[in-house]
Amino acid sequence: MSTMSGSNTTPRVIVVGGGLAGLAGTVRICESGLPVDLFSVVPVKRSHSVCAQGGINACNEVARQQGYSEYEHFDETVYGGDFLQHQPPVYEMTHWAPRVIDLLDRMGVPFNRTSEGQRDLRLFGGSLYKRTHFAGATTGQQLMYALDEQVRRYEAEGRVTKYEHWEFLRPIVDDQGVCKGVVAQDLRTMQIRAFRADAVVMATGGCGLVFGKSTNSVMCNGAAAARCYVHGAKYGNGEFIQVHPTAIPGADKLRLMSESARGEGGRVWVPAIKGGDGGWGPHPDAARDPRQIPESERYYFLEERYPKYGNIVPRDIATREIFNICMDGMGVMGGNMVYLDLTHLGREYLERKLLGIIEIYRKFVGEDPAEVPMRIFPGVHYSMGGLWTTYSAKDDLRGMVAGAPDSMTTNIPGLYAFGEVNYQYHGANRLGANALLSCIFDGLFCGLGVVNYVRDSAERRAADLPQSVFDGALKAEEALVQKLTAAQGSENPYLIGRELGDEMTAASTVVKSGPRLEKALARLDELRARYAKISLSDTGMWTNQNLSYARALGDMLALADVVLRGGLERKESRGAHYRTDYTERDDANFLKTTVAEHDASTGKSRITFEDVETGLVKPRARTYGKTESGAAGAKKPVGATA
Amino acid sequence: MTTATTTNGAPHATSSSAKKSIRLRIKRCDGPGKPEQWQSFDVPLEPGLNIIACLQKIAANPVTVNGERTTPVVWDSGCLEEVCGACTMVVNGKVRQSCSFVIDESMAGQEITIEPMTKYPVVRDLSVDRSRLFRALERVKAWVPIDGTHHLGSGPLESPDDQATRYVLSTCMSCGCCLEACPQYQREDDPAKWDQSFVGAHALSQARLFNLHKTGAALKDQRLDALSDAGGVNDCGNAQNCVKVCPKEIPLTESIAAMGRAVTVHNIKKFFMGR
Repeated sequence: MSTMSGSNTTPRVIVVGGGLAGLAGTVRICESGLPVDLFSVVPVKRSHSVCAQGGINACNEVARQQGYSEYEHFDETVYGGDFLQHQPPVYEMTHWAPRVIDLLDRMGVPFNRTSEGQRDLRLFGGSLYKRTHFAGATTGQQLMYALDEQVRRYEAEGRVTKYEHWEFLRPIVDDQGVCKGVVAQDLRTMQIRAFRADAVVMATGGCGLVFGKSTNSVMCNGAAAARCYVHGAKYGNGEFIQVHPTAIPGADKLRLMSESARGEGGRVWVPAIKGGDGGWGPHPDAARDPRQIPESERYYFLEERYPKYGNIVPRDIATREIFNICMDGMGVMGGNMVYLDLTHLGREYLERKLLGIIEIYRKFVGEDPAEVPMRIFPGVHYSMGGLWTTYSAKDDLRGMVAGAPDSMTTNIPGLYAFGEVNYQYHGANRLGANALLSCIFDGLFCGLGVVNYVRDSAERRAADLPQSVFDGALKAEEALVQKLTAAQGSENPYLIGRELGDEMTAASTVVKSGPRLEKALARLDELRARYAKISLSDTGMWTNQNLSYARALGDMLALADVVLRGGLERKESRGAHYRTDYTERDDANFLKTTVAEHDASTGKSRITFEDVETGLVKPRARTYGKTESGAAGAKKPVGATA
Repeated sequence: MTTATTTNGAPHATSSSAKKSIRLRIKRCDGPGKPEQWQSFDVPLEPGLNIIACLQKIAANPVTVNGERTTPVVWDSGCLEEVCGACTMVVNGKVRQSCSFVIDESMAGQEITIEPMTKYPVVRDLSVDRSRLFRALERVKAWVPIDGTHHLGSGPLESPDDQATRYVLSTCMSCGCCLEACPQYQREDDPAKWDQSFVGAHALSQARLFNLHKTGAALKDQRLDALSDAGGVNDCGNAQNCVKVCPKEIPLTESIAAMGRAVTVHNIKKFFMGR
C-alpha cells in the first residue's frame, strides 16, 4: 500500500454517538484543530445521557477538609467495583474529576449552590463523604446541554458536521486491520453511505434493550457496539450489567428513581412484623395504606443490615437486598415492590433538591412522593462491560500517560470506545454518579489521544485509500438490507425481541446460576433460528423503523450471547454478577477481565480471561460493614439506624 | 390478533374475560408530498400503559380496527420520561410529549387522537423534522464562549436564587411545544428563510439564559442584535400560548418580556453611541 509522504487532505475524525462521551470527545478533538463528523441516531441533544439524574462525583474542598481526597475517590470506585478494574485509568479519572467539574461550571451548568454561592454537594452510594455535584435531579440533562452548546458553537464555525438520524452500521477496517471509516444509514431517506475517517470514536452507550425493559432510552440497544464486536473488536466484562435498585415499573420502560433520593435522606422499607426471635417476617395485613403503618412495623432492612452505609450501600448490594426481601414475601402487598420513602423530608426540600424525579413519579404514577412513599423495584440500568480497550499506564501505575495515542482504543487500531460503551473504570459494579464522570473524562482525556494518533499516522490517510476498501463494506450492508426486506418468513422481530428481553431479565440480572444460564443459551439458539425466519411488516425504503429494529435485533442476539456466556464462564460472584452456585468472590481464578471474541463460523462468542492491573489497591473483602443479621438473612434484631 | 376490536363505544363493564381497550386514531402520511389518512387501532388496557407503549404494541401487530394489515406507525421517541423532548405530538388536539400521556382504566373505550406537529415538515406519520428549532439556538448563540477545555479554574460564583432562575430556563429540551402553540410561528420549510422567520419562545428564553451567565453575557450584544432583526422578539404577538403548553413550566413569557426590554435598551444605546 501507499507509504507516500502524506496527503494534503485534512484528516477527519468520526464520532459515533452524541451523548456526554461523544460530545466531550468532539469538543476536545475540534479544539485541537481536527474536524469532526458526528453521527447519532437521534438529534444529539436528545441522547440518553439526559436521563442521568443524581449527579457527578469529584473530590472537593469541603470533603477534602474532612479527610477525603482524589485517592479516596479512587479507592471507593475500585472497592465499589469489587476490584475488577484496571486501576491506572480509575486513578487518572478520579484525579481529573475536580477539573471536569470546574470545566462544566465554566460552561454554565447550573449546579445547585450554597448560600455563599459555592457548588452544593450531596451524599451518594458507596461513600461516606459528600462528593456529588448536582443540578436539581436532572444533572445528566444539564451536563448534556452544556456540551451540546459547545458542540453547536463549533458547528456554527463549520468545524463539526452533524449526521443526526444516521445509524452506524459497521466500522470499515482496511487490509492492515486499521479502522478507516464507517458505513452508516440515513434513517429518513434510508440511503447507505461509506464515510472515510482517520479515527473513529464509538460513544454509543449501553445495551439496556437487550433486557427488554430497562431504565435506558429506546435507542440503547447495544447494536453499534455489537457491530464493532462482530467485525473483530473484543468485548470486555459483558456479564456485568448494573441493575439499579430503584425504578418504577411501566409498560414501555422502567423509569429511574435516582439514588440521590436516598443520598438526600430517602429511606427504603417494607411493611413487616418482628417475630419473637427478633427476626422480621411478612406482615399478615398486606393491603394497608403505608401512611397508616406504625414505625414498629416498618422494616428498614438496609439500615439494619448495613449500619455504616445504610440506604446508600452500592447499587449491586441494595438491589440484591431488595430482590431478596421480595423473594422472602416481604414486598409491598406481597409483590415485587418496596417503599422508597421521602415523606419525612418535607416538600420544600424535595422540590429544591429532587424536583426532576418527584415530577417523573407524579406524572407517571399519579401520586405525590412528598405525601406517599414511592413503590419501586430494581431495573436494568447500566452496562459496566463494553468494548474492550487498552491504555498506557504511567510507570508508577498512578494514572495514564496524557495524550497517549492508545488511550481507550479497541484492539482495532483507529477504533476507540468512550463512555458507557467502554468497559473500563467501573469493574463489577459502578458507583452512582461516576458514569457522568467517566463519559466526560473519556472524551476530554482520551480525545487528545485520538488527535495524537491521527497526527502520528499521517503517512496513511483515509482519503488516500482505494475506493475498494470502502465499497466492499458498503455493498455488504446494502445486501443485508436487501435480505431483510426480501425475507418472507413467518416470525415477527418485535415478538422475538420481547422474548429475548424476558429471557435475559429472568436468567441474567440480579441472580444467576450455571443451569439457568445454560438454559438461556439454549433459548438463544432457538431465538437465533427464529430470527433467520423473520419478515418485515414494512419493506419500503423511506423512514423504515421496522427495518432498523429488525437489523438491530440480530446484533442484540449477538450481544446477548456475550452477556450469557461470560456469566456462565465466570464461576464466582463479584459485584453485580451474583451466582447461586458460586456465591463467593474467587480472586485466584477470576480477578480477571472477561474477553469475548466473535466466532463468525458459529455466530457465538469465545470467552477468555485476562489479568487486570491491580498494583495500587490490594483487593480486600467487600462487606460495607454488613452486620450479622444481614449475613444471616433476616434473623437477629439490630436496632441500629444510620 | 387480540380481542382488540371488541370495544367500539362505551366500555363493557361485564365479564372480566372481555378485555378493555383504548382506541388510537392516528393521522398517517407515508412521506413528504404523500396524502394524509387516518387509521384507528385498538390496544388492550394494561397497567402502566402510555401512548408510547400503545405505539410499540401497534408496531408489533399493525392491524387497524377494520382488520386491515398496515405498516407500523413511524414516530420519534427517546427517554420516555419527558426529559429528551423527542416524542412531542399533538394528542387530542394539544401538543405535548406522548410518553407522559398515561392511560388508565378509567379511559377504557375512549378514543385518543394523535397527529404530528403542524409547524414542521412531516418526515413520515408522527415523525417531523425539527431542524429549524436547533438552528434557532445557533442564531441566538446559545452557549457560553469558554476559553477552551484546559484547566483554568472554576466558573463564577452564583447565588442560589440566580441558580434557580437559570436552572429552570436550562431545562428546555427543545421539544417544540411552545412553537406548535404559537400563532406567530409559521411553518417554513425553506432553510434559507429560517434566519428571517420568527425565532420562537424557546430561543428567546435561551438568549435570556445565556445573557444571565457572567461569561455568557460576553455575547449579549450579538444575541440582542439577532433578536432586533426580522424574526426577533418583535415578532411575538403576546398570545401567551407558549407558557401554557411548556411541559417544563419554563416562564417563557417572562423571558420574552425580559428580552423585549433588553432589545429596546440595547437599541437606544446603539442609537446614542452611533454604532
